[in-house]
Amino acid sequence: MTPEEVKEVKEDIQIQSSTTGEAAAAEANPGGVWGIIKRLFSFREAGILFVLIAICVFLSIATPNFLTEKNIMNVARQFSVIAIIAVGMTYVIVTAGIDLSVGSIVAFSGCMTAMALVNGWSIPVSIAVGIVLGTLVGLLNGFLIVKVNLAPFIATLGTMGIARGLVLAFTKGYPIQPFPEEFEVIGRGFIGPLPIPVVIMLVIVICGHLLLSRTTLGRYIYYVGSNPTAARLSGLKVGRVLVFAYTAAGFLSGLASVVLISRLTSAQSNMGQGWELDAIAAVVIGGTSLSGGEGSVIGSLIGAALMGVIRNALILLGVNVYWQSVVIGVVIVLAVAIDAFRQKRRVV
Amino acid sequence: MSSEIILEMQGISKSFPGVQALADVALQAHKGEVHAIVGENGAGKSTLMKILAGAYKKDEGTIILNGEAVDFRSPLDAQNSGIAIIYQEFNLASHLSAEANIYIGREPSSKPFGFIKQREIHKKSVELFEQLNVNIDPKKEVRYLSVCQQQITEIAKALSLNSSVLIMDEPTSALPENEVKDLFDVIRRIKEEGVSILFISHNLEDVFEIADRITVLRDGKHVATDLTSNVSRDKIVSWMVGRDIGDVNHRSDRVIGDEVVLKVENLNRKDVLFDINFELYKGEIMGIAGLLGAGRTELLRCIFGADPKTSGEVYLSGERCLIKNTTDSVDYGIAYVPEDRKQEGLFLGLTSRENLTAASLKEYTRYGFVDKKQENIVTSDYVDSMAIKLASHEQFVLNLSGGNQQKVLIARWLATNPKVLLLDDPTRGIDIGARAAIHELIFALANQGIGVVFVSSELPEVIKVSDRILVMARGLIAGEFSHEEVTQEKIMAAATETMLCDMPLDGD
Repeated sequence: MTPEEVKEVKEDIQIQSSTTGEAAAAEANPGGVWGIIKRLFSFREAGILFVLIAICVFLSIATPNFLTEKNIMNVARQFSVIAIIAVGMTYVIVTAGIDLSVGSIVAFSGCMTAMALVNGWSIPVSIAVGIVLGTLVGLLNGFLIVKVNLAPFIATLGTMGIARGLVLAFTKGYPIQPFPEEFEVIGRGFIGPLPIPVVIMLVIVICGHLLLSRTTLGRYIYYVGSNPTAARLSGLKVGRVLVFAYTAAGFLSGLASVVLISRLTSAQSNMGQGWELDAIAAVVIGGTSLSGGEGSVIGSLIGAALMGVIRNALILLGVNVYWQSVVIGVVIVLAVAIDAFRQKRRVV
Repeated sequence: MSSEIILEMQGISKSFPGVQALADVALQAHKGEVHAIVGENGAGKSTLMKILAGAYKKDEGTIILNGEAVDFRSPLDAQNSGIAIIYQEFNLASHLSAEANIYIGREPSSKPFGFIKQREIHKKSVELFEQLNVNIDPKKEVRYLSVCQQQITEIAKALSLNSSVLIMDEPTSALPENEVKDLFDVIRRIKEEGVSILFISHNLEDVFEIADRITVLRDGKHVATDLTSNVSRDKIVSWMVGRDIGDVNHRSDRVIGDEVVLKVENLNRKDVLFDINFELYKGEIMGIAGLLGAGRTELLRCIFGADPKTSGEVYLSGERCLIKNTTDSVDYGIAYVPEDRKQEGLFLGLTSRENLTAASLKEYTRYGFVDKKQENIVTSDYVDSMAIKLASHEQFVLNLSGGNQQKVLIARWLATNPKVLLLDDPTRGIDIGARAAIHELIFALANQGIGVVFVSSELPEVIKVSDRILVMARGLIAGEFSHEEVTQEKIMAAATETMLCDMPLDGD
């Protein structure tokens, strides 16, 4: 049934129509540089980005140590690991799910990669081991949620415990080291002025953002998160989309663990402890709703950056390190409250 | 009904971002009268009533209740002043009993510790139901009550609040025909108590049955108010749409082919569907009628693959369809527009464009990436041809009126170029103008050779639109009628499995 055929019907009843056609297409796709910027930052991210910039400006005034290349790069290097995990977490949360196992996957993948390295396996293979294992745990999460029908909270709570337990069993609590020097380049090296972890983070964020916002699979993730029933009734394979989201989270956690152990030059069984909450915080601060169907990867990057900058600020300003959690908690509450307030205004 | 004016709304205006919902609207309600408020979707009926109920704040205008000017700051304010509202979706806590719902939020409690006086609640609820002359067990949990009984519970709640004005938003749209009568009996009873009822409805038959006076709104403005006895159905319709809608009869140019486009053979679903067999010809519109629970929705869902079948086959143009899930059905060319558009159809947090292209996204995909330009072109085409009122493609469907939401949903499926279109109550909660448009659309689609299966609870609609009508009862096909021979009585008889004098039942 083509639109032309439907048009014939219009003549009979002479209903006024609003021709939105080309005007709408033009509005949705403004051209030029400004258009690109506008598209990249929807109103939601602009808000949190503004906050980030404001804090950075404040800090550069408050202390001379903030705006140095060394400090900025350090901060970026620090939050890059969480940012990589947060990209995966974004996918999961947009499907209206949650993944509590990412921190444990970091430990598990990281320790497995480390063990491969100290046993003389080549670097590419060792890295592959870690990433593949992380992906498999993600796949397990997807399986438990889709086929066994467990709630995401429960399924990932389970794998969180299993992965952490396996790490302790394998490492018996001892740190694993040392690594070949070439491997440490990943965590400590630079490409131009940028630390390699930051480069990896940027690549992941860009790819992750493009996938979520521009591809069909990414759009399906939004549909599934917004209304899984309607998604299914529209012919979408909801199960596959969910498995993809959790597998991606696992894969990215594995990748993040490689960057992490390279930076730390050792692998320990308590790595990543509590990081699932940091990743969730980054995603939520970045404007993604826990009830699914909306959000973006760029937002999560800004969220991770914001948390990193705040942590850095507290250190530079000489604030007691225990206050970090308090401040981060306040930021999370504020970010979500502001977003909720804005949402209410938008709808009515 | 007395001539005393109990409520007067004057000069009411209200705007939302991008739209003037109401402009200088006036309304008067007399004591003890049933006053119907009709209009197309987007006419402003709900907005006006929500302002009266304190849910929205008016931008301009005055409201005079019982001779005093009032300004409600919240729904509770309005409630305390004697205005009660029953929303289309009801405001009942389904896991609580009827009596708990009636006294929700204002449970009488004993002084020292605040224990709820359960016996008093029960006694008063029993009295209320007696006053309404209905037989409902107040202790029964609301989720176990029928829709009509739930509605009556809401009415009892309003009565217990000593409301002088009761607003009912689309009270009959979710009710089967036989329960509408029960509801109207209750409404007549509370009329006698002196309660004024403001009744929003799309169903003009109901309006003419129960309303004393009718007010027509169009595009946010007041068009006319008159006694029901002074106006005709056609006059109301022309006021509502602002033009004459003749009952366009497309019966004459209906061409039905010989080719069977959809064949359902021995379809069974354990405990739900039994031995369903039918054939749908190319270009034919088949209506499926039946009471609530007869299995109509279940039949459509089973054909579509949304629910698993126990046995049976589906053939599309002679080809046997192996349908394991909804994706298969879409690939074969079967489309299904679900009954409950909000829960099962729309992605409320997403834009109109995203909703429209949801089932056909791979058509605009290149190397995995979505071609937004193509998407917008397709969206524009359907928005134009189906006259969907949008501020822009990026408008959230949440903010569209019911009729426009339904159009977006139907457009979603048309964009998949289906061979068979299964429509489940597509005009529920939709005004006359949009309803006529959807009927026209169905005729146009059928003329293009698409097989249309059309479930509806409104008999006049089913009879008007269908070439052939299947009647279902309790999971079985209880009757089959051609357009020429069908009458409302025959359908109802088959649906309730009763024998009409000298009329044998088909099917079974």
